[in-house]
Amino acid sequence: MIGTALLTLGSHWRRHPGQLAMLVLGLALATALWSGVQAINTQARAAYAQAAATLGQDRLDRLQRHDGRPVPLADYIALRRAGYAVSPVISGELRADAARIRLLGIDPLTAPPEANIPGLQDDGLDLTEFFAAPGVLIMSAETAGAPLPPNMPPIRIRDGLPPGAALTDIGTAARLLGQTDPSYLLVAPNQPAYLPPLATATNLLRLAPEHRADPAQLTDSFHLNLTAFGLLAFAVGLFIVHAAIGLAFEQRRATIRTLRALGLPLRSLLIAFGLELAALGLVSGVAGLILGYAIAAALMPGVAGTLRGLYGADLPGTLSFDPAWAGAALAMTLAGTTIAAAQAIGRTARLPILATARPEAWGQASARLMRQQAVLALLLLATASGLGLWGDTLIAGFAAVACLFLGAALLLPATLAGLLRWLQGRAQNPLAEWLLADTRQQLPGLSLALMALLLALSANIGVSTMVGSFRATFVGWLDQRLVAELYVTVPTPDDGTRLHEFLHDRTDAILPVVWVDTTLAGRPGALYGQADHETFRAHWPLIAAQADAWNRLAAGEGVLINEQLARFADLSVGALVPIGPVLRLPILGIYSDYGNPQAQAIVTLDRFSALHPDIIPTRFALRIAPDKAADLASQLRDEFGLPADAVINQSQIKRFSLGVFEQTFRITGALNLLTLGVAGFALLTGLLTLADMRLAQLAPVWALGQTRARLAAMELGRSVILGALTFALALPVGLALAWMLLAVINVQAFGWRLPLHVFPADVLRLLGLALLAAAVAAAAPAWRLARISPNRLLKVFAHET
Amino acid sequence: MNMVLQIDGLRKAYGPVVVLDGIALSMAQGESLALTGESGSGKSTLMHLAAALDTPDAGTIRLFGVEISGLDDGARAKLRRDQIGLVFQQFNLIPSLSVRQNIAFQARLGGRHDPARDAMLTERLGLSALLTRYPEELSGGQQQRVAIARALAHAPKLILADEPTGNLDEATGDAVLDLLLELVGETGAALMMVTHSTRLAARLGRRLHLSRGRLARPDGG
Repeated sequence: MIGTALLTLGSHWRRHPGQLAMLVLGLALATALWSGVQAINTQARAAYAQAAATLGQDRLDRLQRHDGRPVPLADYIALRRAGYAVSPVISGELRADAARIRLLGIDPLTAPPEANIPGLQDDGLDLTEFFAAPGVLIMSAETAGAPLPPNMPPIRIRDGLPPGAALTDIGTAARLLGQTDPSYLLVAPNQPAYLPPLATATNLLRLAPEHRADPAQLTDSFHLNLTAFGLLAFAVGLFIVHAAIGLAFEQRRATIRTLRALGLPLRSLLIAFGLELAALGLVSGVAGLILGYAIAAALMPGVAGTLRGLYGADLPGTLSFDPAWAGAALAMTLAGTTIAAAQAIGRTARLPILATARPEAWGQASARLMRQQAVLALLLLATASGLGLWGDTLIAGFAAVACLFLGAALLLPATLAGLLRWLQGRAQNPLAEWLLADTRQQLPGLSLALMALLLALSANIGVSTMVGSFRATFVGWLDQRLVAELYVTVPTPDDGTRLHEFLHDRTDAILPVVWVDTTLAGRPGALYGQADHETFRAHWPLIAAQADAWNRLAAGEGVLINEQLARFADLSVGALVPIGPVLRLPILGIYSDYGNPQAQAIVTLDRFSALHPDIIPTRFALRIAPDKAADLASQLRDEFGLPADAVINQSQIKRFSLGVFEQTFRITGALNLLTLGVAGFALLTGLLTLADMRLAQLAPVWALGQTRARLAAMELGRSVILGALTFALALPVGLALAWMLLAVINVQAFGWRLPLHVFPADVLRLLGLALLAAAVAAAAPAWRLARISPNRLLKVFAHET
Repeated sequence: MNMVLQIDGLRKAYGPVVVLDGIALSMAQGESLALTGESGSGKSTLMHLAAALDTPDAGTIRLFGVEISGLDDGARAKLRRDQIGLVFQQFNLIPSLSVRQNIAFQARLGGRHDPARDAMLTERLGLSALLTRYPEELSGGQQQRVAIARALAHAPKLILADEPTGNLDEATGDAVLDLLLELVGETGAALMMVTHSTRLAARLGRRLHLSRGRLARPDGG
């Protein structure tokens, strides 16, 4: 019986292949964007976990110097002789042109078992070969396939190593990196019981795993951003599916009634419906998975580049297939299909057998429902405002965005109806009056598609405003921070002294740049020493400061801190900030420091030297007439034998920084366009769905003296009007979203706030895109109407031939 | 006498089914004609052709002396907009417009809107109290009266009514027809009405019977 019901229901799709294609395409698109984003996230998280687990970094404490420099070998030996279970690691990066590799040099004999060193538990590895010169590099197949610096020792391929990294003996690493002292010491969790606590035996800084920068944490916001886009696209796709299933239900209403009247139990009918949906969901889901995989594979190199540039997190540039990801995406598709079909299934369950088979405009929302929706929308918008203004967590920020989106979408039909009514009251031409009145009547059927368009447009406006604001502020900030014309790094402190002498009469100013890694307000950060110079006084981007901040800084009375530190540690001007274990200095000013995830503080050069007399400057910012910068750079390279990247001019750094920036938001731009495309498709689905039902409204107007071509043009115009009105509503929603991203989510995720800039040219471009999407969506139904046979229109009137 | 409609040798087929075959008829200004026939005899098709809503396979149709078979879509639309009033069995009012807007719609389309005429029609048809309502808020009889007002508001020379009382009960149908005939009579327009009812057909000036696509005398002979 269920088989017969299935065949009968299925016959509908044979007669309406276009509708079936739309349903499958809608579901496939929804699944594709969602699963594509999830594939990227899954891959990235696996890479982070692998990197975190290497050498037990996710479990073992480390000992390192406060200034981040290598630990003297003597300190290590003293600890070992005292009986402490510590093991040295030399870590560093080798670069040559585009090739780069991170080396982890270990001492397998002293490494704690918890370090869980991959590759060494493997019987196939010859330990003699590992220890003896020239040594071996153990790395993953993917890393070995990428460009590597020249003159590397033999390579052994092993699984379980993070991308871009190689494991080797500490002796080999020392030779390759030119570094004899360990970068840090791994601390075994169980130390001999008879020894005093490690903290009393050394001045080295002990860092627990949770206090170290973790790429998974750093990149959380980025992935949350991707997930939010994926979810948005999925929701927009479900609008399409809802439209297609709703239409199919209306068209099969008579069939369903007949089946029931002929004795098919409701239960069997619902089972048949469920099986049909499951089959459709599976087919579309698999198609979506394939498409999603292709999207993810296309985006993956960009994402990997972004994460490396922005956070220093290494990701493979290619995508691997994960069955769990595929299963989750299919489950999501089936769940989405069920949600989209819930209304139609509910109606089927409630459909009285003796109900007339008169087709109704599906989704016909009553004025009462519209009012209820509007009230709920206002409540949601009020909640969004409250969360945006007073929420102080990342979750509150995202909840505010969710409430804003949902509230705006629910408010859309009532607002559009009001706007159309207002326009109708001002229309002089009868056709314009009819067009506006008729559009208002069509709203219930189109509202879901228009909501999807609203969401896509708002997201576009919000994200592009955020990116534009980010770019404008970032460029301005680069101009402020990178005032010096040249930045020079010399290999040794002696070279620094020679450089001073050489540059004495060749530059306007030589400004040493010194820094030390330390703790600031209890968290890892960097303390910088900065010369008192007009260059900084005039340009440094202070966002809050005491009136005489620069003079007091020059007098050594306090410190400048970056915005990140101020926000994370809740510090304001005038408060005392703890620097390292003992020092506390008053905050004289707070400066913006975009793109830097770390806490940072600045004292004068004199104060810095007093605190860290062992640190001699090797990096210098040089002030010189801009037209002489290139010549001086060449002289420096020649005189000191410096490599090209040791002398950088300001424009190079700016170009590099902007390159990283553009890469970061390229993915967002791609997802923006894809979401808008899906929304355009949702609108097309809605219009096609309504096209047949609308003949009854269009035929009389045609009969009263309008041509089909004119009516088609008006249908196109109607879609464009709806697109324009939806855009008008999306504009404030998008700007509110941008404000939430910049002032709430950014602050919580990164620790800095950006000013909001509106870019009219971008907004106009998006308006053009929205109108184009609306026109393209309406083109097919309008074309069909322009070419419709008069007989089809006459059928509206004819009750006999 | 001014001829409003002249049809000669009219033929129309849908695929293999010949709906009209060799139809010839004419109507003069002020004349009223009832078109009767069994279901499927081609009455509505003939009316649609006369209204320039459809094109014949063969034969000629002259409206107000103009042969319409050769006209393009725009010219035919203008003819309907300006010269013809249409009344349908299902009323076919525009659901998104109020009664007042529905009545004025066609006249405004043709640039012939006369508020005084609208006022006269609404008064005569008993619609004055319903002007701000929407079609869905009206009974069938009320909707048909609005449709008649719309058909007459631009003072057309030819009224084509397809079963205008077919969806109404007998008493309401009679009342609606009374008004239609009265108003058409006053305007001097020609009226062609399709109906199943011989009783109603008898109230018009002339009656033609269609059978299997051919015209016959009223007695079917």
